[in-house]
Formats: sequence, structure tokens, C-alpha cells
Amino acid sequence: MSPVEPVPAPSTTVAIAAPVVALRHVVAVLGRFPALAGASLEVQAGEVLLLKGPNGAGKTTLLRLCAGLVPLVRGEAEVLGHDLRTDRAAIRQHVGLLGHQNGLYADLSVRENVRFWGRTAGASDGEINAALTQLGLDGRLATVPAGRLSAGQRRRTALACLIARRARLWLLDEPHAGLDADGRDLLDDVIRRAVGAGATVLVASHELERAKALATRIVTVAGGLVHNESPDDAGADRGGRV
Amino acid sequence: MWRTARLVAAKDLGIEWRSRQVTNQVLPFAGLTLVLFAFALDRDEITARVAPGLFWLATTFSLIVLVQRTFAVETADGALDTLRVAGVDPAGIYLGKALALAAQLVVLEALLLVGVIVFYASHIRPAGIVLVIVTAFLATSGLAFVGTLYGGLAAGAKGRETLLPLLLLPVVAPVLIGATRAFEAAFGTRGGEGIRAGVEISDGWPWVGMLAIFAAVFGAAGVLAFGPLLEEA
Repeated sequence: MSPVEPVPAPSTTVAIAAPVVALRHVVAVLGRFPALAGASLEVQAGEVLLLKGPNGAGKTTLLRLCAGLVPLVRGEAEVLGHDLRTDRAAIRQHVGLLGHQNGLYADLSVRENVRFWGRTAGASDGEINAALTQLGLDGRLATVPAGRLSAGQRRRTALACLIARRARLWLLDEPHAGLDADGRDLLDDVIRRAVGAGATVLVASHELERAKALATRIVTVAGGLVHNESPDDAGADRGGRV
Repeated sequence: MWRTARLVAAKDLGIEWRSRQVTNQVLPFAGLTLVLFAFALDRDEITARVAPGLFWLATTFSLIVLVQRTFAVETADGALDTLRVAGVDPAGIYLGKALALAAQLVVLEALLLVGVIVFYASHIRPAGIVLVIVTAFLATSGLAFVGTLYGGLAAGAKGRETLLPLLLLPVVAPVLIGATRAFEAAFGTRGGEGIRAGVEISDGWPWVGMLAIFAAVFGAAGVLAFGPLLEEA
């Protein structure tokens, strides 16, 4: 008898998870300008996808399209298994967007802002407090009106709102902007934790060194199209998806 | 929907509590409007006769300021986009914002009513107190519903500060007319014949019916239309 036990043959029916984002030849226009001109992209669950490209390439439009904020003119798009054209309401309950603006109410305190956005997603007090703690916003800062915060503190508050909303798909547009070194480390930690908890993240950034360290895959957006990077560009040294 | 409405109303009232916009800006504006009308008309018998109309005119002007403020806080830092992305029930947002707006209008109207009695030497007939309360409730509801709906319509538009009064004032004309007529019945004043003690309280109730229909129609229209409006904002 062979010392090596025979290994059973793997099942021929392997369950393949549907991609979290599936865009096929999508066209989106801003005014009369085609910001996305036939872009295609697939993102699997648990990926951290870095979108890089020059200003005006279509990165922000791509993120806003995935959030259902930009209408799909042509092509097919599914986000979290829902058709982006017909089922935006179902998608939005699970999507968190951090854009160039923070979506905060200047007259409300940090805690009141995070509580409001958390409550819209049904978050408990414990989850809201945890989000504040994770971003270092508990204590004195929690009672400061958002309008009196520095740019970095406002960004951290917006991130806490995103955490409290428990989004499954994070769409981050220049998330490092305005953050100091500690804030950037904190953001990277937040993203890693979110992915560890099952979230998928799309990041548009010009801060390539930092974002590359975070990404499991990189694509370049240029001229309204999405181009895949070579596998060596991201994630290879960490065994990440490419 | 109601849970969202409570959240949004509490948030809007919290913002007002912190910013004191009504106290510091809208109330003085409404008070100044009353005083300037009194200066312009300059005769007690005239001001007493037209007091109900001036009251609702000052309220309507203040409504525009309040609606602009309630949507300015949503657009200032992109909160409107976040509300849309968050998948928050638009009908709940509509009702919550209308509720908060109505609460602010009620405070404003209570103080304006005191102003009208003091500056215009007006008085409410005891039998007209119920009519005044019911009229104020329905007119305030109608103003809050239509203000929120048109505020949402203008929120994403260029030049929304000037667009909103242009859109809103013609639409609220029925409220202005109905509430003024009902208040005239409660105050005992009417038209061009000076103070007429003979005006019946019952003359005001048909106008109350019209205010109720107005509020119901715009309340329902807002619940149905606010979602598509937010998408376009």
C-alpha cells in the first residue's frame, strides 16, 4: 500500500462568487462630455482596487457611477448583484462613498454626525461608539462641531460615518487628502479592517506609493477607459489578487 | 419611512438649535417686515384691517429664507449626495424636513402673532381662537410641504437662491389667500369696509377646508415626487 493516501478528486461544480462590481462597456456622460467611454471592470469580493490615472480621466465618475450617482447611458453594470440601471435603491443600502466632500453637517458635533449617518443604516449605539473610537474621535473631539474641525479631522469623521454605516462596498475618492501621517496610517488600518470584515474597496488616489501598499490590484483609468496593470504592479509580494 | 422622518427632523432641528438661524436671522427679518409694513401704511385702522394678510405675507417671506437654509446645509459639504448614496428613504427625508420646517414656522408664527397684536392693535375674538389654531396648523403644514418639495426641486439648480422664490411664491398663493381670509374671520376684519364686527367666524371655515386640501395634496405629492427630485438634484 502506498504511503500516500489518494486524494479525492475535487468537485467539478465549483461555486464562483459573483463579482461585487461588473461593468461592461459602460458609457457615462457629464453634461455632453463622455467621462466614461465604454469602460469595463470586474471587482471581486475582498479586493482593494486602486484606480490611478490623470486628472479628468474618469476615476471619480467611475466611483460615482458605482454609487448610482451618475446615470448609466450605455452598457451593462451590476453592483453587489443588482442592476445599476433598475435597482439602485438596493445597491445604495450597502455602498459607502467618500468623495471630495465629506457629507458632514457643520453645526452638528462629530458624535451627532456619526450617530445620524449610522442611524440611517440602523447602527446601534455600540457600533457608533466603536466607529468613533476606531478613528480616534472619542473624548473631547466628539463634542466639537464639524465646522470647527481641521480638514484632516473632518476626513476622519467622514470615515467614522462610513464605518458606522457598515457598507459592503467602499468607494473612496482621494481618501488620503488632508490627512497627516498618523491619519493616513489610521486610514490604511481602517481599510484593512474593513476588508477583513468582508468589505470590498475601490480607491482612487494620486498618492500611489501609499495606495499601492494597500491595493491588491491596480487599474489605470484614462480617456474614459479602464486598463489593467501588469501583475507585478500590485499585490504580488503580498500574495494579493492581481 | 417614519423612522427616517424622525431622524431627519431631529437632525434638522438639532442644526437649527445649534445655529440659531431662526432666532438670529429669520425672526428679526419677519419682525422687520411687520414693522416696515406698519410704517408704510401708517394708519392704525388700515393696519388693523390688513393685519391677517401682513401676518401671512411675513410668514411666507420667512418660509423662503427657512427653505433655503434647510437645503443649504444639505449641499454645503455634499450631504445631499451622501443621503442619496446611503439609500435613505426619500419619502422619509421629505416628511422629516417638512416636519422640522413646520416646527420652526410654528415658533415664528407664535411670535409674529404677538407682533401683529402689539404693532397693528389687532385682537382675536375669543370665539375665533379655535379657528386661528386650526388655520395656523393647516396653513403651516401646507407651507412646509410645498416649501420642502420646491426646496428639493431647486436644491441642485444653478441660481437656486433666486429660483426658489420664483417657483415658490405663485404656488403658495392659495395658502396666503385662504389663511388670510380665515384669520380675517377670526380677527373680525374684512375687505375695504374697515373693522366689521359683523363678520361671522363661520365665514372662515370654508377657507380652512381649502387649506386642508392644499396640505393633503402637496403632502402626498411630496412623498411620491421627492425621490425622483433628489435623483435630479
